[in-house]
Amino acid sequence: MAAPAARKAPVPAGLSADALLEIYYYLRLTRSLEERLVNLYRQSKVIGGLYCSLGQEGQSVASAYALQPGDILSPLIRNVGSMLVMGATPVDLLRQYMARGTGPSRGRDTNVHFADLEKGYLGNISHLGDMVPVTAGMALSFKLRGQRRVGLVHVGDGASSTGAFHEGMNFAAVHRVPLVVIIEHNGYAYSTPTSRQTAVERLAEKAKAYGVPAETVDGNDVFPVYESTQRAVERARRGEGVTLIEVVTYRRKGHAEHDDQRYQPKEEREHWARLDPIDRYQRRLVAEGWTEEAGLQAVDHRVTAELDAAVATAESEPLPHGDSALAAVLADPPEAESPAAGSVGGDGAG
Amino acid sequence: MERDERVFILGEDIGIYGGAFKVTEGFLDRFGSSRVIDTPISEAAIVGAAAGAAHMGLRPVAEMQFIDFISCAYDMLTNYVATARYRTGLATPMVVRGPSGGYVRGGPFHSQMPEAAFFHTPGLKIVCPATARDAKGLIKAAIRDDDPVIYLEHKYLYRRIKENLPDGDDLLTPIGKARVAREGTDLSLLTYSATVWKALEAAEELAAKDGASVEVLDLRTLVPLDDAAIMESVKKTNKVLIVHEDTRTGGVAGEIAARINEQAFEWLDGPILRVTAHDVPLPYSPPLEDFVLPQTADMVTAARRLLAY
Repeated sequence: MAAPAARKAPVPAGLSADALLEIYYYLRLTRSLEERLVNLYRQSKVIGGLYCSLGQEGQSVASAYALQPGDILSPLIRNVGSMLVMGATPVDLLRQYMARGTGPSRGRDTNVHFADLEKGYLGNISHLGDMVPVTAGMALSFKLRGQRRVGLVHVGDGASSTGAFHEGMNFAAVHRVPLVVIIEHNGYAYSTPTSRQTAVERLAEKAKAYGVPAETVDGNDVFPVYESTQRAVERARRGEGVTLIEVVTYRRKGHAEHDDQRYQPKEEREHWARLDPIDRYQRRLVAEGWTEEAGLQAVDHRVTAELDAAVATAESEPLPHGDSALAAVLADPPEAESPAAGSVGGDGAG
Repeated sequence: MERDERVFILGEDIGIYGGAFKVTEGFLDRFGSSRVIDTPISEAAIVGAAAGAAHMGLRPVAEMQFIDFISCAYDMLTNYVATARYRTGLATPMVVRGPSGGYVRGGPFHSQMPEAAFFHTPGLKIVCPATARDAKGLIKAAIRDDDPVIYLEHKYLYRRIKENLPDGDDLLTPIGKARVAREGTDLSLLTYSATVWKALEAAEELAAKDGASVEVLDLRTLVPLDDAAIMESVKKTNKVLIVHEDTRTGGVAGEIAARINEQAFEWLDGPILRVTAHDVPLPYSPPLEDFVLPQTADMVTAARRLLAY
């Protein structure tokens, strides 16, 4: 039952009713897509590892939602939610994980490792921290061309220990490029707790070393993440440079599906399960009277139908042909390469 | 940079100072600080940022102050830059260039030839000019190329070779094409970069003292390697000596020898020989450096052994 309109609390950041529902759609889509992927993994239909973001979907969706068309986001492996907000489709992600030749990387890479700069995302590579300099370079191009566009890059607590993170942060800060860096602090890098990753109390403290402002926000609450990212994005758009945001959240699954999580106390996982970002968001929307239960249920039905179709499509599609692996290493494979690499050397007896 | 406003350069001390070797002297005044960007000492960030800007349609030229420091960006080049097109279809039109090589008493960290590590990495092109004409022709070709190119300029050659070159677009050296630096019929000496000049000296000495006709092939590009030009020379002379300044084991010469073995074995009248640096870090003191690096006399000795077959 909806409360009378006059008594409703104002929606944070002035999000419209449609926007609130759209955010809910992406949250639900992310979680349900990953649930489908887990099922497919158990049926051995996902090739290789599966990396889920259970409990981290809120920050992933909310941060990307603060961007505008033309902005570029580089995700981390657990930012399926960000990818979906930026316009990647569930079928793309299914094709990636199922190694289909029809997928955006044509079976050459997996998970969120793909790009569409028109839509505004550039998938990461496995070498953590590397996307900080690369996204800084994209942001540098915006600055050099006088474009009012912004780059946003996600890293984890583990990646903040890498040299690439440091070099990228420092480079971006010195050149005041329009960049937002989000450290997704989820407690663990594989099995290593943050206390063994860094001696700082809060990862946001690292910003001081680069002379950039920082915020720490509750990553399991959609609203502060959205508001914090929006502030940082607008700051970057005004030409005021880099902001570091630490979002505090928790990785409720293992590093990947095969991980038995023996290093995470059960009580810790249960504590964070009670802080689930989707449950909190959903409860608040209804409690504040910003939306009705029926509206959320309609979204759930839509997500189910979309994922049924996406899974059926991906499952029906073929794996790539082996020999397609040779094409397009370079833009213009020179003729001289083909006989040596392909027929003579490549066919050498093993 | 005048022709194409998408081109910009970034690196350490390249602005007001003009670079450690003054390669970019005057660029700051001419093109301004938004196209001539001094950076922190952060090779990974320089290369990574160049890649990001290249994805967005710019054409960055990144300088490594000495090419030895390219190893600090090894991850970024091999894992990110080299795979971007293959994995995601994104073009990364960028150049990484820097002063390379020894014979200058630079010691272990200011004398390296780094090509072997990147030669082994699919997705990167590598060029190494030996002449002033090719230095200009290949940097232009590298900047215009749609793939990432590592451009190795030899610091020993910086102020030793001079040529009057025309302005304008007519001077472009195609990437992937070798050059016959000296015609010959008895032996093919394959090399690139500064050792082209030592090879020419060796060929001259062999002509004068032994009456031998040595062909010197300046490879100019290592990736993609000009197999056709190599095989053409091999089929003409039937004897092959490969020379490079880089160390021996896992060096480029091994791959060239394997390709000749696969593509022109029947044409060989003797073993494929190599003259390279010894497998040690490059030492500083002149007698040590001279001993380790390939010299003209080493080429003459190896050529005589081969000519005897």
